[in-house]
Amino acid sequence: MTEPNATTDDQIITTNALTKRYGERAAVDQVSLTVRRGEVYGFLGPNGAGKTTTLRMLVGLVRPTHGTAQVLGHPPGAPAALARIGTLVEGPGFYPYLSGRDNLRVLARYAGLDDVAVAAALELVDLTARATDRFRKYSLGMKQRLGVAAALLGEPDLLILDEPTNGLDPAGMADMRALIRGLADQGQTVLLSSHLLGEVEQICDRVGVISRGRLLAESTVADLRGQASVLVRADPLSTAREVAAREVGAERVALADGSLRLSIDGERTAALVRALVHANLEVREVRPIERNLEDVFFELTGDQEEVSS
Amino acid sequence: MIASTRAELLRLRRWPTVWVLCGAWLALNLTFGYLFTYLSYRSEGGSGFADQVSDQAEAQALLAQILPDQVPVVLLQGLPMFGGALLLILGAVTVGSGYGWGTWKTVFTTGPRRFTALAGTLAALGIVLVALVLATLVVDLAAAFAVAGAESQPMAWPGLVDTVRSLGAGVLIGAMWTAAGVLLGTLTRGPALAVGLGLVWALVVENLLRGVANLLGAVAAVTDVLPGSAAGSLAGALGSVAEGDPGGTPGVNTVLDGGVATVLLVGYLLAFLAASVLLTNRRDLAA
Repeated sequence: MTEPNATTDDQIITTNALTKRYGERAAVDQVSLTVRRGEVYGFLGPNGAGKTTTLRMLVGLVRPTHGTAQVLGHPPGAPAALARIGTLVEGPGFYPYLSGRDNLRVLARYAGLDDVAVAAALELVDLTARATDRFRKYSLGMKQRLGVAAALLGEPDLLILDEPTNGLDPAGMADMRALIRGLADQGQTVLLSSHLLGEVEQICDRVGVISRGRLLAESTVADLRGQASVLVRADPLSTAREVAAREVGAERVALADGSLRLSIDGERTAALVRALVHANLEVREVRPIERNLEDVFFELTGDQEEVSS
Repeated sequence: MIASTRAELLRLRRWPTVWVLCGAWLALNLTFGYLFTYLSYRSEGGSGFADQVSDQAEAQALLAQILPDQVPVVLLQGLPMFGGALLLILGAVTVGSGYGWGTWKTVFTTGPRRFTALAGTLAALGIVLVALVLATLVVDLAAAFAVAGAESQPMAWPGLVDTVRSLGAGVLIGAMWTAAGVLLGTLTRGPALAVGLGLVWALVVENLLRGVANLLGAVAAVTDVLPGSAAGSLAGALGSVAEGDPGGTPGVNTVLDGGVATVLLVGYLLAFLAASVLLTNRRDLAA
């Protein structure tokens, strides 16, 4: 079903029309995405959008109905690829009767790693002090951190993390984001799914937005936000519009809700204000308008209820 | 596969459930194989079990059952039903729990092929099974020699061939039931339903079917080749007293020849393993 795609060394993951159907329902519908080496790729979508199903297909847990994928140069689920991938998909799965350390030791044995790798992974997620506690006694946040530690075993080239900050307190979330960003800075590629827009905006280089199984957009965060603009309120508005058009070009000036919206970056604001004042206009408000990822997301998905910012 | 087996042995060794099941089997084997028989023997002319011991000959027959030379028989007699049920539980919880805990998901994304990972689990279960059968032999020998010493009976070791044959049969019967549990755990993707279904089958359904077969002869052709029938027949062929006969053990029967029973058990074992591997390899792991 899944066949090799043409990939380059720079492309760590490529999918081509990847589709998973359950009966008539398409959980993932014709998704084509690319994750490049060394980047943190945010896979953003509301709950039930198809993020986890896509990730499951990428690690071979679920077979696609249609389409192809290539992960680290191999079909999804190939042992050669899995040995270089650290995965945390849909929450951590561990033996409740074993300690955190023994759980990692079991996984390390499966992966042919020694206990040194276990100690290093526990240290990275700050779980060394509680490593001998049984997994069933861990808090939700500790379980999540152990899941990330398992993903980090053996210093994989690619991390696939599904909602890695689930269950973490604010400090834990900040630590996790810093850890992920740090790993990317060291050259590891990270594919991160999340429904937290702020999280994706903070740590991701590029973003894929998925909703109802379809990939709606894929680009850098900056590109998705689009060009910055400046809002101007001044009286009289018609004169202000003329002055602004002379200063930045008529094509960059739009009238909206009793104000002007100028498609310019912040560096030109000072000159604009000088021109407005020089024209004896009463300038009441000048402020930059930056679209955040949330605005973009809602525009793309048209579904504002299921997403938390 | 060696790495997967080492990983599974580590986690099985630390799992209290495994120790509880193995301990339960050893305790049952000791209790029903030696303790009750010895108490029956000792109670001749006294209270408790005296009614079942009508004369000295019967008392000597009871004593003879628990002397060292009979260890190969005692070792096997409880395996077709009670031991089998416990091993079925072991197989079902070992594999089924992995779906509930999400550990199969974790293992399958760690690196080994699904087949390799499951083969590691099966190998680890096999090692546990062999160790358990050997432990049963040691416990039974200790009990038998203790009885022989206490009753001033001959300290003769059981025959080597009988012992090896009994160990082999015990491992085969145990492996078949364990594999049945593995298959049920895989089919149901959880331990609870797998254990429930397995126990109902092993302890109830097969017995009910045998009851029906007594009324409808045609059904006997089927019931005679069921897993429990084959396991009981192998134990019966190696000296265990059949259920219904005086001093018989539940689950033991003589409906099949030992050779046929062995072939059937091997067939069931391979079929259960093959089905488990096939399901594990082909199914999506979506939860």
